[in-house]
Amino acid sequence: MDFVQSFRLTAPEVLFSLSGLVLLLAAAWSRSDTSARVITWLAVAVMAVGAALVAPTLLGGASGPQTLAFSGLFAATAFAAFAKLLIIAAAAGSLVVAPAFFQRVGAYRPEYPVLVLFAVLGMCLMVSSTNLLTLYIGLELNSLAAYVLAAFLRTDDRSAEAGLKYFVLGSLASGILLFGTSLTYGFAGTIDFAGIAAALNGKISTGAIFGLVFVFAGLAFKISAVPFHMWTPDVYEGAPTPVTAFFASAPKVAALALTVIVAMTAFGHQVAAWQPIVIFAALASIVVGALGAIGQTNLKRLLAYSSINNVGFLLIGLAVATPKGVAALLTYLAIYVAMTIGGFVALLMFKGADGEPVEDLRDIAGISRHRKVLAACFAMIMFSLAGIPPLFGFWGKFVVFQAAVDAGMVALAAVGIAASVIGAFYYLKVVKVMYFDEPAMKVTGKSDWMHQALLAICALAISPAGYLLTKCLDGLSTSAAASLITP
Amino acid sequence: MAGFPILSVMLLVPLLAAVACLLVEARTARWTALIATLVNLGLGMVLWANYDIGGAQWQFVERAAIFSGFEWKLGIDGIALMLIMLSVFLMPICIGASWEAIEKRVGEYMAAFLLMETLMIGVFAAQDIFLFYIMFEAGLIPMYLIIGIWGGQDRIYASYKFFLYTLLGSVLMLIAMLWMVHEAGTTDVPTLMAYDFDPKVQTWLWLAFFASFAVKMPMWPVHTWLPDAHVQAPTAGSVILAGVLLKMGGYGFIRFSLPMFPEASAQFAPLVFALSMIAVVVTSLIALVQHDMKKLIAYSSVAHMAIVTIGLFAFNPQGLEGAMIVMLSHGLVSGALFLCVGVIYDRLHTREIDRYGGLSINMPYYALFFLLFTMASIGLPGTSGFVGEFLSLAGIYQISTWVALVCTTGIILGAAYMLYLYRRVAFGEQKNADAAAMPDLDKREWLLLAPIAAVVLWMGVYPESFMAPMRADIAALDARLARAKPEGDAHLTAPKPKAATTTEEHAAHGGAH
Repeated sequence: MDFVQSFRLTAPEVLFSLSGLVLLLAAAWSRSDTSARVITWLAVAVMAVGAALVAPTLLGGASGPQTLAFSGLFAATAFAAFAKLLIIAAAAGSLVVAPAFFQRVGAYRPEYPVLVLFAVLGMCLMVSSTNLLTLYIGLELNSLAAYVLAAFLRTDDRSAEAGLKYFVLGSLASGILLFGTSLTYGFAGTIDFAGIAAALNGKISTGAIFGLVFVFAGLAFKISAVPFHMWTPDVYEGAPTPVTAFFASAPKVAALALTVIVAMTAFGHQVAAWQPIVIFAALASIVVGALGAIGQTNLKRLLAYSSINNVGFLLIGLAVATPKGVAALLTYLAIYVAMTIGGFVALLMFKGADGEPVEDLRDIAGISRHRKVLAACFAMIMFSLAGIPPLFGFWGKFVVFQAAVDAGMVALAAVGIAASVIGAFYYLKVVKVMYFDEPAMKVTGKSDWMHQALLAICALAISPAGYLLTKCLDGLSTSAAASLITP
Repeated sequence: MAGFPILSVMLLVPLLAAVACLLVEARTARWTALIATLVNLGLGMVLWANYDIGGAQWQFVERAAIFSGFEWKLGIDGIALMLIMLSVFLMPICIGASWEAIEKRVGEYMAAFLLMETLMIGVFAAQDIFLFYIMFEAGLIPMYLIIGIWGGQDRIYASYKFFLYTLLGSVLMLIAMLWMVHEAGTTDVPTLMAYDFDPKVQTWLWLAFFASFAVKMPMWPVHTWLPDAHVQAPTAGSVILAGVLLKMGGYGFIRFSLPMFPEASAQFAPLVFALSMIAVVVTSLIALVQHDMKKLIAYSSVAHMAIVTIGLFAFNPQGLEGAMIVMLSHGLVSGALFLCVGVIYDRLHTREIDRYGGLSINMPYYALFFLLFTMASIGLPGTSGFVGEFLSLAGIYQISTWVALVCTTGIILGAAYMLYLYRRVAFGEQKNADAAAMPDLDKREWLLLAPIAAVVLWMGVYPESFMAPMRADIAALDARLARAKPEGDAHLTAPKPKAATTTEEHAAHGGAH
């Protein structure tokens, strides 16, 4: 394998590492607010270039041996490219909204964009991994950056608490995952996914099942699937809102894509072994996410439960264990990113007169009277998250359930969709508070133009106009899923 | 007409007007909404005028493969045409009814109504099963907002109940639709209508669709959202709910459940009959004891919808035609009755029946209109109500004389509660001074009620205008259902040939002379 080819395949990751290092040096020498902004925009530009490098892989539907780089340690498939584009879009989205938020408390530092850039690099490695080692390196690179980001508001106790909680529980999850990989290595005799798949063909030994269960448990922590979801509301609430937007979108995409890779390639012959686990996690996430959200009054906690709920629907796509299911999961992920970024940007725009964040549900009462557009966008996002047509969120649920029904899992689909009605209740509650209640007049602060622009883009994407994208999304996700699962 | 996408235009006009209404102030919003709905009424008339009776089953078909997994495919048959006409006819009246009653957030209100119109027409015109589902479900959002923002006291509870009840019913239908599309390999409704599903699976599919349509219809015992939603919604909201939204359930049965699952429909017909019989008797009795006018009319809607369901499941052309006419008639009459309630509610701000009395003295024209619609609701010959109820009951008589017997009591009970209501409101002493001081109908209210009154009489005297476009479609549906038709207990025989001979002889003589 010649190095030129390998470097060509890993070009986005190489770009991210080099520019991350350069920007880190720049950050060390320039501490001013202006330089922080400049570095932010440079990081966004780097991500844009990275996206441009990734896009041809997806459009070409790259698959097979020619996507392997560095002796098969890294695979630049169309599947990875799809996930990378979503990760980059989500990270860039949460990056451009950050300066306005941190500036108010005077806490914006140039490390922020650098950390996001390194997290993106870690996530790109995760979704391109072909063996347990790349998987772990990518995961840890992302997690370490994320721990620091959660505690980025150093003077805020809640932020520090969120960072600590995230670190302790994240480390525990990494430990569990590492234990699982070691067991898997022990029973399969290799760390390569294709090798594991070949070794674990046919009847599986009890030890290997243990390995599989621990790997899935570790991954479930990262995607905050029930029963490993407990950290999510606390971390989401405590972390600064732009960071929460980042956590809820990009790492979710990466961890879910990674779970799909592990499930469909390494354990691709052991579907019967992991399918019950995923089905349980999916249904439990839907129900717990929906029930947990009902009592919440903090909007960030509410959105945290909403993301747990959505992970449940995403996992149904994986539980189906067909290429169609994986394609459906990818389509849902794309819509989920738009809804999540939109939701958190709207949250950032709920500001008091002095720009202090408004996070309590009661404080946004009646904002439809004085902030019509903002309320309408947030209501659209809520209905979309609830999966009510004609908003585009419906399409995500639609393709996932279609995949389940096509694979003959009608009962799973029926239970899942019936449980989605529970979730509709609290989304409706938010709309009710915004539209039916008397105004609390707490949301009076002006919005940053960057926030407005990003919210407008997300709202447009999840509006009924989004259905015009279905053909494009369908084609891309199908070719991406096909690149992962070689028949 | 060829090539002009009239159905898409009819969907687009209110949609664009809805966006416009959000951006302008109250007065302009009212006029924008009125003009848009009138334009759509005009387009609807063009549609009817160009509808070729006896021509192709599906007309004005448009399709554009712009989505993945489903298509933008529109087209109508006679049944859909009539329901679209009902929607476009009621919409300008709804806007007119809200002209003065709605004072806050007028732009948003008008936008919600116009959006509702787009979705209603979309439901009736959609020829792709998923497009239908999207339109069917999307209607929940504007209706939720209409009830929740502009409704009465308990509007929040009513809006939640409306939304969650109907959503739970519909999601199971989506799973059934996904399965059907997987099985049949197409999302095209006309193709699916001709597809023969395995009778064993039909049972489950039918139940899933029933869960949705029975809630929407609404059938006893899942009707409880309706009185709440009706009472709490503003007048125009009630008109649209009763007039058109309830018809989506009936339309669903006639478009999906019956032609797609004939065997299962026959299998479950006794269930439908049982629920309908209970509904007719129970809700009529409940209506009899109401003190709230809107609630009374809401319960009477449940009873009338039960007549629709027995007609639909009578498996013969009389029953099906009767069910369609009851739906159209009920759309007009209950809408008009809600308007009548709205007229006096606007003056006195109460729906309590006891607060009124003797209105025929100070509001003679109002009392006249109210009487006409009361009679139409009862089903007096000469009004639209009679035609539909008579046909439905005649249809069900062939299948089950007992069901016909029980459901006919509904007509008597209907007369009881409606006449009792009318007596308390319009006749008797003028016991409340403020009610006695109310002025009669103004010009705007005349313009709202007179067109409905005209159509109610038209449908009652010459129903052929409304039945002719549907006849071929009903016949096609009847042919489709023939193989599953249950045997009736009436054993009707043809009239004695003797009488026929006499007439023929007579005619022959007449010809000879």
